Amino acid sequence: MGRTITQKIFAAHTRDNPTPDNVVLDIDVVMCHEITTPIAINDLAARGMDKVFDPAKIKVVIDHVTPSKDSKTATQAKILRDWARRQSIKDFFDIGQNGVCHALFPEKGFVRPGNTVIMGDSHTCTHGAFGAFAAGVGTTDLEVGILKGVCSFRMPKTLLVNVNGVMPTGVSAKDVILKIVRSLTVNGATDMVMEFRGEVIDTMSMEARMTLCNMAIEAGGTCGVCMPDRVTAEYLWPFIKENYATIDEAVQDFRQWHSDVDAKYEGQFSLDVSSMVPQVTYGFKPDEVKDVSEMEGTPVDQVYIGSCTNGRIEDLRAAAVILAGHKLADGVRGILSPATPLVYSQALAEGLIRQFMEAGFCVTNPTCGACLGMSNGVLAAGEVCASTTNRNFNGRMGKGGMVHLMSPMTAAATAVTGKITDPRKFL
Amino acid sequence: MKEFGGSIICLNRSDINTDEIIPAKYLTENSKEALKPYLLEDLKLDGFDPASETLEKAGVIVTRANFGCGSSREHAVWVFEVNEINVVIAESFARIFRQNMFNCGMLAVELKKAEIDQIMAAGDGASIKVDLKGSRIVVAGDNEKSFTFSLNSFDRDLVEAGGWLAYADKKY
Repeated sequence: MGRTITQKIFAAHTRDNPTPDNVVLDIDVVMCHEITTPIAINDLAARGMDKVFDPAKIKVVIDHVTPSKDSKTATQAKILRDWARRQSIKDFFDIGQNGVCHALFPEKGFVRPGNTVIMGDSHTCTHGAFGAFAAGVGTTDLEVGILKGVCSFRMPKTLLVNVNGVMPTGVSAKDVILKIVRSLTVNGATDMVMEFRGEVIDTMSMEARMTLCNMAIEAGGTCGVCMPDRVTAEYLWPFIKENYATIDEAVQDFRQWHSDVDAKYEGQFSLDVSSMVPQVTYGFKPDEVKDVSEMEGTPVDQVYIGSCTNGRIEDLRAAAVILAGHKLADGVRGILSPATPLVYSQALAEGLIRQFMEAGFCVTNPTCGACLGMSNGVLAAGEVCASTTNRNFNGRMGKGGMVHLMSPMTAAATAVTGKITDPRKFL
Repeated sequence: MKEFGGSIICLNRSDINTDEIIPAKYLTENSKEALKPYLLEDLKLDGFDPASETLEKAGVIVTRANFGCGSSREHAVWVFEVNEINVVIAESFARIFRQNMFNCGMLAVELKKAEIDQIMAAGDGASIKVDLKGSRIVVAGDNEKSFTFSLNSFDRDLVEAGGWLAYADKKY
């Protein structure tokens, strides 16, 4: 019987099978940030286990609160910084080089098709866009990952998500994933890998695939995954060109990580995007989604463009097309957080930063920033934010605040009018 | 072996997320103990008061489907641990939260909706005992009720080992 990509990755990484339903995997990449890792570092040190299984396989960034905002966050950063130095971890990204983990690490070429990846961050599922198995874990899993290079999982089940049709103008990967979460609900894919297939995925950029996989967790998914193909090989080429004579050869090699045609799936979900319209959330759960027309006219106080979902260069470009020649509506605050230093410098070179600033946006350094209300851009009670982030939980961006999730284009259109607005009016 | 059980508090809503269990702004703490006062601070649930005595006395959470969805933060388990809550009984759990519970040597028990209905009918403050060996939940009262649950044998091993770190350190 055929196997899914996830079954192939599991088979290639199995260290142990404690039961037929459980597997302990060897991990290729352990990612760390300053919120969930310092407590693991302290705990390991207190137990006399202050060591790492392989410093080359550990990637570290300070991204949630950077620059540090107070002595507690400065301490978290210091614990991570001191540990990276002590353990000779070369891939450590501190202020000036740091960006949002799930945008920065792909950019550095750290994740390859067929890899296993863990991180103490639920949006680790983003890295499945490269044909990897990437899952968010807690701090104890992180400790064991750091120390032993292994992590336990239930045997994988896969939900096949077919996305076909022709993407309409003004509709983006963010709208597609909001629509999928809307249909599946917040636990429609719990304990399952969401395998994204179909002609729409085939033509998507890596940035768009990352946006899609990023929100797999919002349907409960362990990981989102796309088949690694030419798009993947071209994105990774600077990092893999020593391993392959040509891009064609890499594309051919990546095929070992494709699901077999007779692979067995737990379930199937299909979406035809041809008649889709932009999507916006209305409540405190990411499956509380409506067509933009049903939300139009809802006033906002703040617009946030950034995060591991939509802070990449493609997202900034899409928002800039809408913003062209316009300014923020009176009384609306705009915040742009480019996800990485590379995104920031590309946006500078392309004139996008100037355009955002002339429209009235505040441009911050690369950081998770407002997304989870830990750092800058926090809302006051009763305030509303149009946001390109991935979660609208009650209180997330500030106690008493309301977050509406949407695409960068919809956020930009909303910035211009001050009310939730269909971006297609600006195209 | 740890004793599991205690007085219950019912959180009668599905999809309770980790931000509601422990808001992100407290994730700057570097000790589990420091999380203690903030348990369920942002939970949106009619009639629920995070400062209530029932919550303070609770040893067991009884709730609905998809409990612990959202962030990977193990703080959502630690905040229960430091408040002496070591069992969560739900219709279903989000994957990371459930794994974090077992990784910490704590117990995440799944029961059917109708069984949760019966436990909730006993009300806040009712006393529950967990017979881990017999895989049974016993609700004390005039007409004592018990419910059997299934526990994956690896999860049971983690609980008995005192968590994943202790288990993995011995084995790998």
